[in-house]
Amino acid sequence: MSALLTVQSLQVQYGAVQAVRGVDLEVREGEIIALLGANGAGKSSTLNALVGLAPASAGRITFKGQDVTGSAPERFASLGMTLSPEGRRVFGTLSVQENLLMGAYSMQDKAKVKTAFDRVFDLFPILRERREQFAGTLSGGQQQMLAVGRALMSNPRLLLLDEPSLGLAPKIVEQVFELITVLRKQGVTMVVVEQNVSMALEVADRGYVMASGRIAASGTAAELRNSDTLQAAYLGAE
Amino acid sequence: MDLFLQQTVNAFALGGTYALLALGLAMVFSTMGLINFAHGELMTIAGYILMACGLAGVPFVFSILLAIAAAVLAAIVMERIAFRPVRNASGATMLVTSFAVSMILQVLFQNFISARSQAVLVPEILSESVRFGGLVIGVNKIAAIVTTIVMLIFLDRFMKHHRIGIAMRAAAEDFSVARLMGIRANTVIAGAFALSGFLAGVAAVLWVSQRASVDPLMGFTPVLKAFIAAILGGLGSLRGAVAGGFLLGFIEIYLAAYLPASMQEFRDPIALCLVVLVLIFRPNGLIPSPALKAEKV
Repeated sequence: MSALLTVQSLQVQYGAVQAVRGVDLEVREGEIIALLGANGAGKSSTLNALVGLAPASAGRITFKGQDVTGSAPERFASLGMTLSPEGRRVFGTLSVQENLLMGAYSMQDKAKVKTAFDRVFDLFPILRERREQFAGTLSGGQQQMLAVGRALMSNPRLLLLDEPSLGLAPKIVEQVFELITVLRKQGVTMVVVEQNVSMALEVADRGYVMASGRIAASGTAAELRNSDTLQAAYLGAE
Repeated sequence: MDLFLQQTVNAFALGGTYALLALGLAMVFSTMGLINFAHGELMTIAGYILMACGLAGVPFVFSILLAIAAAVLAAIVMERIAFRPVRNASGATMLVTSFAVSMILQVLFQNFISARSQAVLVPEILSESVRFGGLVIGVNKIAAIVTTIVMLIFLDRFMKHHRIGIAMRAAAEDFSVARLMGIRANTVIAGAFALSGFLAGVAAVLWVSQRASVDPLMGFTPVLKAFIAAILGGLGSLRGAVAGGFLLGFIEIYLAAYLPASMQEFRDPIALCLVVLVLIFRPNGLIPSPALKAEKV
């Protein structure tokens, strides 16, 4: 199958700090990709660069055959790539419903927006119950669901999830990974950045391991589970 | 008691005008982090349009519409020409830019219109007054209060129910994430400027209706007060701007009414001390902006 997203020698630089030093990766339609690595390895910077939130100082990003390197963040929702950002970042002073409506901002067709609402409310019945509530008053787990729901509202072909289980209770973490498998059945392609390596490799098809801004290892989930590079990448050994 | 009620009406009228101006400042600040000191010149522009319309014999109702439209247009042009190029620059750069815009416009008014105050033809009905029991209330005060209420209701509905209004609230809280949703930065910022121009235009009409004159520096004082009101309420918070505007209006009017004659010259310092006092207890203002809360989490 052809690649949905191709990243070639991507570099990200914040002032004097180079967070990503040449990353190549490929995501094919229908896959779930785990992007792993220790804190500061450049995972979030990579995801942010994909949607234009971080500046790509070099390299090339191709999505659905289009060169999207350096595009403004507002373009990606309508192109079909959305990010559920690290730390959830729901709009706390907006109601749940308004948050979701903003997720559908790029869609003009009212009927499609309605379908998207139904889909998200079916995935997360709790959000339907709490739709009038301010997002800031939701629990951490519910906010995470809202962040994912908001990213799903524009019907993305590719969903980027940045640390979806961060700071959540173990039981809620399980729900998050269940959600990922449900979304896979709905045909959503995903890139998941995770600290929870074992669970991420359980749901992923393939994975990339990052260390100091580079890809240190890649392979199928099964290969990565059994390899030493993964441990090395976390412990900093070569 | 009558004096107190009378002054309360005055306080609502003045506070309402401050609230409208402070709201305009807060909208622009919350979306792009700019404190727009050229906001006052939007008022002045609207004032000059009122003057020109009066001279040309345009009916006052149309003059009002034209004046407000001119302020909106001026705000959009200001954003496009002066502020868009410095959008990603530091807060200080934007602040200096706004001072520059303000001064350039003041000099243009002085050289091309007049450095002196110009009379504005205002319908006589506005300078009449109505009796309610023992109260004598100027029609212009009533107009100011009613207009403020209508504007606040309109804005509240716009920010709650209109797609762009909701997008502006989202962007005020987290600009990058709002952009991820496909909300265009240009739409939100131009929208914030257009609305702030609209509010400045309305405030200018209210201001001029009470004074019947316009001069190149007309916008300076009210906008400085509105800036204080916006800080008092919590910079970047829309509800805070309204609360701060009214509170400042009340402080000023009551001080003017009840301070002994010998103390009147210290009115402004005393008012500012009260503002500082409020800020000591609520350093982020009466109703802190949501973006501030988001940063703390």
